[in-house]
Amino acid sequence: MSVANDAPEVFASVGSMFAFDRFAQALDDWATAHPATKVLVQIGSGAYEPKHAAFVRMMPPALYQRRIAEARLFVAHAGMGSIIAAIQAGKPLLMMPRRLDLGEHTTDHQFATLAKFAGRDGLHTAVTVEDLHAGIDALLADGGTPPAPIEPFAAPAFTDRIRAFIHGSDAG
Amino acid sequence: MATRRVRVLAVASGGGHWVQLLRLRPAWDGCDVAYATVHPDAAAQVPGARFFSFKDASRKNKASFAIVALQLFRAVATVRPDVVVTTGSAPALFAIMFGRLFGARTLWVDSIANSEVMSSSGLRARKLAHQCLTQWPELAADPVPKYWGAVL
Repeated sequence: MSVANDAPEVFASVGSMFAFDRFAQALDDWATAHPATKVLVQIGSGAYEPKHAAFVRMMPPALYQRRIAEARLFVAHAGMGSIIAAIQAGKPLLMMPRRLDLGEHTTDHQFATLAKFAGRDGLHTAVTVEDLHAGIDALLADGGTPPAPIEPFAAPAFTDRIRAFIHGSDAG
Repeated sequence: MATRRVRVLAVASGGGHWVQLLRLRPAWDGCDVAYATVHPDAAAQVPGARFFSFKDASRKNKASFAIVALQLFRAVATVRPDVVVTTGSAPALFAIMFGRLFGARTLWVDSIANSEVMSSSGLRARKLAHQCLTQWPELAADPVPKYWGAVL
């Protein structure tokens, strides 16, 4: 049995705010079918506790970043925290959007996020559980091009403008 | 004339909101900055800065908003910021409101996740905050939200 302290090959996260049981169970089902692969799922406040995959509720940001860096594949809900973390780590991300009609979020904006960010190097999408399972198989076989490295901060043109606001020299 | 450093209170909920706020840090380089977010562990990411945590709240758990309001009131009343900057989400509207109450200038940066419409909190922030930004140029409007750039 795997434990949550081991570096996983597949690290999956529902983000930090809401449960995403459909996703957690999908990862657990995949782990059941692939017992040789170490899978770790951050499940947040979810009711579904994985039985075959290792799981944690929530981990500190530094450990979270380390797990992404150590994993071969990062799988997550289509949230900006996950997307930015994957890009900053240069790690392929397979993301699945939460659905409003299943009570998985307060709006369907993760579908819009998916549409905006899909197609960037290293960012892959899965809308259904079947897509998710197929995507994990495919990306473990061939991770493809990882996300291009980026600076740790937003572009100076943006932060300079906010800086001007802070110092009262840009009323807008 | 002796000048004191500008006091900034930077506020964000957890997850992507917090990650986006951290990417804006150069904007308050040299300021006296305090942070407020939901996960106490996040303090380790902003060493040396004053740090406050508040309870997570959303439309899914409305009862939490009363507690959040108190927690953010305390943060604002303690810091007495000149400027409040936030990347959302809904609880941060309290920081904007209380910030105004104490005379701060306030800036709302709507999450980059809101690529087709502003968040419902962002729509409220258009009237509440002194300045309100979207991170998608196609959502910019006159007078707000404005587009000044994006965290990515």
